[in-house]
Amino acid sequence: MITELEMGKGESELELGLGLSLGGGTAAKIGKSGGGGAWGERGRLLTAKDFPSVGSKRAADSASHAGASPPRSSQVVGWPPIGSHRMNSLVNNQATKSAREEEEAGKKKVKDDEPKDVTKKVNGKVPVGFIKVNMDGVAIGRKVDLNAHSSYDNLSQTLEDMFFRTNPGTIGLTSQFSKPLRLLDGSSEFVLTYEDKEGDWMLVGDVPWRMFITSVKRLRVMKTSEANGLAARNQEPNERQRKQPV
Amino acid sequence: MNYFPDEVIEHVFDFVTSHKDRNAISLVCKSWYKIERYSRQKVFIGNCYAINPERLLRRFPCLKSLTLKGKPHFADFNLVPHEWGGFVLPWIEALARSRVGLEELRLKRMVVTDESLELLSRSFVNFKSLVLVSCEGFTTDGLASIAANCRHLRDLDLQENEIDDHRGQWLSCFPDTCTTLVTLNFACLEGETNLVALERLVARSPNLKSLKLNRAVPLDALARLMVCAPQIVDLGVGSYENDPDSESYMKLKAAIKKCTSLRSLSGFLEAAPHCLSAFHPICHNLTSLNLSYAAEIHGSHLIKLIQHCKKLQRLWILDSIGDKGLEVVASTCKDLQELRVFPSDLLGGGNTAVTEEGLVAISAGCPKLHSILYFCQQMTNAALVTVAKNCPNFIRFRLCILEPNKPDHVTSQPLDEGFGAIVKACKSLRRLSLSGLLTDQVFLYIGMYANQLEMLSIAFAGDTDKGMLYVLNGCKKMKKLEIRDSPFGDTALLADVSKYETMRSLWMSSCEVTLSGCKRLAQKAPWLNVEIINENDNNRMEENGHEGRQKVDKLYLYRTVVGTRMDAPPFVWIL
Repeated sequence: MITELEMGKGESELELGLGLSLGGGTAAKIGKSGGGGAWGERGRLLTAKDFPSVGSKRAADSASHAGASPPRSSQVVGWPPIGSHRMNSLVNNQATKSAREEEEAGKKKVKDDEPKDVTKKVNGKVPVGFIKVNMDGVAIGRKVDLNAHSSYDNLSQTLEDMFFRTNPGTIGLTSQFSKPLRLLDGSSEFVLTYEDKEGDWMLVGDVPWRMFITSVKRLRVMKTSEANGLAARNQEPNERQRKQPV
Repeated sequence: MNYFPDEVIEHVFDFVTSHKDRNAISLVCKSWYKIERYSRQKVFIGNCYAINPERLLRRFPCLKSLTLKGKPHFADFNLVPHEWGGFVLPWIEALARSRVGLEELRLKRMVVTDESLELLSRSFVNFKSLVLVSCEGFTTDGLASIAANCRHLRDLDLQENEIDDHRGQWLSCFPDTCTTLVTLNFACLEGETNLVALERLVARSPNLKSLKLNRAVPLDALARLMVCAPQIVDLGVGSYENDPDSESYMKLKAAIKKCTSLRSLSGFLEAAPHCLSAFHPICHNLTSLNLSYAAEIHGSHLIKLIQHCKKLQRLWILDSIGDKGLEVVASTCKDLQELRVFPSDLLGGGNTAVTEEGLVAISAGCPKLHSILYFCQQMTNAALVTVAKNCPNFIRFRLCILEPNKPDHVTSQPLDEGFGAIVKACKSLRRLSLSGLLTDQVFLYIGMYANQLEMLSIAFAGDTDKGMLYVLNGCKKMKKLEIRDSPFGDTALLADVSKYETMRSLWMSSCEVTLSGCKRLAQKAPWLNVEIINENDNNRMEENGHEGRQKVDKLYLYRTVVGTRMDAPPFVWIL
């Protein structure tokens, strides 16, 4: 994540798109006095303009800030003011379009080096947006913004908060847990799984985070007992069990 | 003092339908209050926490239609945490207990559950119309109960809801005897649709006027549906993609030609643009076109379509249309009244995005324009001044410059003068959304000129408390004020507490108001619910010890006659 400090260090003052606080403190705010303080406390505005140019930088910063920064403060929420339903539709459309374009570009190549890694090309360019999360035993699914997370731990924490802290229907299920649920290491009653773009259900955590977020279509918090047949990514295709959610 | 018997007066009141007018009538005298309340069938409640169902029913025992709104507007942009509130179940339970003859329920931004839909479907024999806008919390199982149990269902209208799609058979739950459907809108459903059940339902609904399909209804199914329903007035196309085989496409073209009543077209959630020409024969009848979800329709296909739509009054479009495309709209659609231009590309300013030029062109070409929502990359004061001159009849003016704090891109000045020109010229302006670089000056103009303004949305604007004070003091008709990321604080908040009694609600997030300021407000105004929403704060603010000076992340206050609500989650603190 690019903090305000890093922004000050030599980023062009006119790059208003990169930082709300930047725009607020310098060139853009003409005639404004003493307002800098107020802006300094704002979160950073991540416009999608950030993605192409700062993809790798952001990842590096994420790694170093991983433990320190809470998962939700990496973007200013709710800007531009587009209804979430419309926003999801837009984001999904762009993702599908980009993926499709990349696939077609990939097909046209004579050399077929890494056919499955179209994900590398689209990395940083495709706004993933909100994806659906369902949990076994809970009727209503939720949506989680993958853009607001930088790692599997972040995501796991958010899901835990979502389903086990605030949902009255599931509080009884985890009353015996006083420590984190550990959705990722197989030690609890539930595991986290995802459906990828090919329709296969896999355990979350086997592939690098960035590859994961470009191939995930939706998530499911599944009972460990049901997840026994699920494939890790490196298994043979015919060994994979196709699990359809209920 | 009445010169006529009550029955005559009641008959006269029957002709008065607007909520505002009926509310005014009820204030004239006790006798009129009494007659009015017994004859009132439609009630609109703008904030479900301002009143409770028991009091509603006590006053209006003959209620037939209820409209309820729940969460504040900024919930649309994920600014309101998930469990905040707006539950409809207590309302439905109370209505069911009272045995009122409910026929219509319209909900916006409320939490609806399958349980409430089931209860609704079983409790009201004459229930006819369900409209859900931006709601959440239910699944297709809830829809199945509505379908199965509401014998006289006329309208099932689902707009932009979050519905868990269990891929069930809700469409086949409509009994064969159900032939009364007039509106069926399930465009927001994401799952598979039972096409056979859908076609049979449409075939047995001769009164069907509005049909909006979801993504899962392909082109060949659309052709068959349109053959069954040539009387359709409002059509939402689902998936229009994949080159259809020539037979399906021919069938579709033929079917469309027969739909001579078609006036409104929307959808195209996935689209093969070169098949749009199938719709050209009926375009000259269209008054409403919504292509704001049709990301794949742009360029020449879009332009050609629009050139056929000479009678358009309402157009919702993506900014991929570009300034040039808007010029085509301006020269073709002389009856245009409402325009919405949404951003199509969040990956960073496409070349075809719209600018101030498109807006000016529209204002010059469409004299009847009164409502606009315009997302754009840049704006100038000069353009806004021109727009104000061309279109002094704006009722709604919502401008969103995508980059916060962006000044006039030619002069680098704030956009105060431009918006000032708008509010000065548009004397009927009721709704305004601001964006771009703005100082306190724009609020001075708004307070001075925007006499009819009822709703104002402010983001990243203003310099000092004076800005907010100009608005609170000047806009006598203000109902909803929503502010985010602006430097307004306690001074403005507390200056005139009685003002909030005349407003529906005030939202302030990421501003300068402090906890002690909010506490003082709550003390001065016991008829207000002052809610502090602190989702990320695991420790309650009061435990921190910094108390008074701590800034409040989100403040939502609203007038109410029923006091503190009992259903608030732990992260909402009602002072």
